[in-house]
This record gives sequence, C-alpha cells and structure tokens, in this order.
Amino acid sequence: MKYLIKKFIALIITLLVISMLTFIAFSLIPGDAVLSRLGINATPEAIANMRAQMGLDDPVIIRYFRWLAGALHGDFGQSMRYSTMTVSQLISSRLPVTIIMAVMSLIIIALISLPLGMLSARVSGKWLDGLISQVTQVIMSIPSFFLGILLTVVFGLIFKVFDVGGYVSPDKDFWGCVHFLILPATAVALPRIAMVVKYLRNSVVTEMKKDYVRTAVSKGAGKRWVLYRHVLRNALIPVITFVAMVVAEILAGSLVIEQVFNIPGMGRLLVSSISTRDYPVVQAAVLYITAIVVIINFIVDALYQVADPRIRNA
Amino acid sequence: MRKYNYSLIAGLIITAFMLAVTITAHFWTPYSVTAMSSMSKNLPPSAAHLMGTDNFGRDVLSRVMSGCGTTFFIGMCTVVIGAVFGTIVGAVTGYFGGILDAVIMRINDVLLSFPSVLLALIFISFLGTGKYKIIIALGVMFIPSFARIVRSEVIRIKSQDYVKSARVMGAGSLRIIFVHIIPNIRVSMLTAAAVGFNNAVLAEASMSYLGLGVVPPEPSLGLMLSEAQQYIFVAPWYALFPGIVIALIILGFGLISEGLRGLAQK
Repeated sequence: MKYLIKKFIALIITLLVISMLTFIAFSLIPGDAVLSRLGINATPEAIANMRAQMGLDDPVIIRYFRWLAGALHGDFGQSMRYSTMTVSQLISSRLPVTIIMAVMSLIIIALISLPLGMLSARVSGKWLDGLISQVTQVIMSIPSFFLGILLTVVFGLIFKVFDVGGYVSPDKDFWGCVHFLILPATAVALPRIAMVVKYLRNSVVTEMKKDYVRTAVSKGAGKRWVLYRHVLRNALIPVITFVAMVVAEILAGSLVIEQVFNIPGMGRLLVSSISTRDYPVVQAAVLYITAIVVIINFIVDALYQVADPRIRNA
Repeated sequence: MRKYNYSLIAGLIITAFMLAVTITAHFWTPYSVTAMSSMSKNLPPSAAHLMGTDNFGRDVLSRVMSGCGTTFFIGMCTVVIGAVFGTIVGAVTGYFGGILDAVIMRINDVLLSFPSVLLALIFISFLGTGKYKIIIALGVMFIPSFARIVRSEVIRIKSQDYVKSARVMGAGSLRIIFVHIIPNIRVSMLTAAAVGFNNAVLAEASMSYLGLGVVPPEPSLGLMLSEAQQYIFVAPWYALFPGIVIALIILGFGLISEGLRGLAQK
C-alpha cells in the first residue's frame, strides 16, 4: 500500500511537471493569440484591450496556475481556430473514438499474441518456432500506417468488404463505429502482436529452464500442466510491464493511423492543431494523452504487485 | 560445429544493399527526382520505369532512391546525437551514482514511458518542421533510452576486478569510464544504436507522413506515402514501393540488433 501511495504521488508530480513545461514552452513560442484573433489591421488600443481581457499581461507562472485551476474544472479555454467551440468540447467529441480504437487493438493483441506466443514457446527450437519468429520479425518492421494503407487496398479495393474513409460516430451507432474501427485497430495491433509474441516466447522459454519446472516434471506433472499452471503465471509477469509500453505505443500509433483512415479522433485533432498552431488545443490534447499513459503505467505497477508479491516486500 | 549467426548476416546484407542504393542515388538516379512530365502520369511498373510513375509523371524508383538518403541521414544523425549524449549521461550517472543519478533516472523513466512520436510532435510544434529540426527533436528523444542502457552496463562492469585494479593503479574516473568501461560495453551500445536507428526511421516516416516532418522539395519516404495515398486506387505502386523500402531498412537493422543480441549471449 505504501508503495502504491508513493507511486500515486509520483504520478501527480509527473502530470504537474509535464503540464507546466508544456505551458511555459507554448507561451514562449512567437506568434500571438490576440493578433491571430483580431487580424493584423487591429488598432493598438483594441489589441491592448483584448490582451487585458484574455489575461495575457500577467507573468507566465500566474497564467499557468490560472490555466491549471481551469483545467482541474475541465475548462481548457477556447480553441483559436474553432472560435465557437471550447477546447473541452473539442476533446470530448474526439476522445471516445481514440479510446474505443485503443481498447479494440488491445483486445486484438491479447487474443492473438497470447496463444501464438505460447505455441511458439512450446515448439521452441523446431521449424514452426523458427517460422513464427521470422514472420514476427518482418511484421515488426512494417510501419503501422503503411500496414493501414495495405489493409485499405486489400479489403477496400480487392475484397470490397470495407468502406474506405467511411465513418459513423459512436454516439449514433456504436457497433457501426466499431465496424469501421476494425481495420485501423488491426493496423495498429499487428506490429505490437509481433512484439508481444516474441517477448512472451522468450519469457516462457527462459522460465522453462528453471529448477521448479524440472521439479514439477520429475514429480510426474504433464508438460501442458506445468506450462499453463506454473510457467505461464511466472512468464506473464515481465509481459505485464511490457503491456504498459504497448499501450503507449498504441496511442502513438493511433495518432498516425487516424490520418490514414480519416477517423476524427484525438490524433487527428492533435496533428491538425499543431499544423494550424492552435496551442490551447495542443496543450490540452498533450495533457490528456499524457494522463492516459501515466495512469495506465500506474495501473500496471499495481497489477505487477498483485502478480509478484516479491516487489511488495522489496 | 560452428553455428552461423543468420540474423546478423541477413541483416548486414539487407543494410549493405540499402546503403549501396543510397550512395548510388547520391551520384546517379535513373531519372531526375523532381522532373515532372504530363505524358507519363501514373504509369504502372515497366522496363522504363521499374517502380512506375506518380501523379506528376515523376519516376518512383528515382524518388525512392533519393528518399533513402534522407531516411539514412536523419536516422544516423539522430543515433549520433542520442548515442553521444546518452553515453555521457548514462556513464556519468552509472559510475558516480548518488542524488544526481536518482534525479536523472527519474526524469528518464518519465520520458521513456511516453511514445516517442508524441514527444517528437510536441518538440516539432515549438521548432517548426524541416529536416534538421526533426533530427534535433528525435535526437533529444533518444537520449534517455541510450542513457538507461549505458548506465546499467556501467553499473554491472564498474565492480569488476579489472576496473578495480585500474583504479588502484591510479587511473582517473574519466579514464576508467572512457578507456576501460566503454570499450567493453560496445556490443550493447551497438544493439541500442540499431534499435534507436529503427525507431528514428519509423518516427521520421510517421511524422513526414503527417506533414509535420521533412518539408516537400526534400524527398522523404513518409511524405511519398502520404502523397501516394490520394492516388491509391489509380497508382497503388506509388504507395507500395516506398512502404516496402521503409520496411526493408527497418528489417535490416532489426535483424542486425537481433544478431548482436545473440552474439552477446554467447
């Protein structure tokens, strides 16, 4: 418990530091929110007025705490580009899509890589193991956005089972949305499946060489029994930490894949805000993605303890 | 019986081939990289254009060849920045330990838990786009992963007898780090460099694809993919070949790092 509390405090500090750094950094960038709103022909008085109104005359630190106070209430200010929308509205319309897609790819990864990794470990050293490891090495090398393009060509152009560029929002038709997200989620998942298969296989193979396995076998336990009852539980421990990394990668992958499939998620929002220099949105989007990554790391740390009591006592 | 390290050999062959293509492209490409021709728009692969042409009638092979150059250049520079600074940070913190070590490693852990593309995008939103800005953003991004590997190796080695005897003979800390320890961890550093190179190639391709990387007149494989996607139904080859080339470059270095890891375990 003490360990978790310590981790939780570290989580809060990380979020604060990241938000402060991004805030300060974005306020240093040349370019002026006031000018971009009023246009270059604005009178100096109008500019000064607007400035005071937006609170831009205060020092950075004060503005940061004002922003933070707003952020804690879910208020991230106004978007510069969509003047009628607040940043929170923009994000809350985009976030669910990305989360649904990330969860879907995580499910795909778990469903495929666990059995495949165990199979590869069970036949380790044989030709099937070699084949699996060659194929995973190749799949790992293909960028997920290129996989996405390939998938649209194969399923959209050749088999015509997928409507390329189509999309339904999850509020209107949840399962329709899931249907459209299957290909992108697969494109994000494939390289990670390869990584997890390889990692799990190596972890299981290392574990199989340990003394307790020999003891169990010599006491007469069958190979399968030993593998699933004893080895898998131990071999999964390092895989759990690996999954935290995979989640971060899925989020990063969806930044790009949303562009490939034209999905209006967080990734598209972030990329388009960066290219139009809509900094309030960039800031909030970065904070959201950071928060998700950090919180998942925290959950994984907690799971890790449940799985391996040795860490709790260390 | 001697067992060959097939991964390493295959990786070296692929990488040597890609490097040869890159160097050739520096002096010669079959067609001009930028010359457009309305006569030869979206031609499928043929003897005259081995990889076909794009929507502006430019030869895809020539563009892919010169795109490799940009990819290698950005990858190499990124790895050099990450390796040099990462080695210094990792060696110093690992060797001396203490509060500095604790603080820097905490920062490292935070940075490492983020997807590198996201961090690089944040950097790019300050710096703006362009080849050299990408290099800076990615290079800085890869310092932590190098630092962590070097640090753990330095900690492992610094308590070994030969380091102790060097210290007894009066060698200074810097001499011990750079003359006695670093040469002995070169295999893990090479592995880290190969992995880092791959991440850099992937990140550059993704960012250029998003339009936040290399700026248009400069050839880039990621940029070609994003152009090609608009014409995917008319000219699928234009997307296929740059993608395959990126995958080959990454596969080559992936196999090399795999093989190096095998060497280290022996």
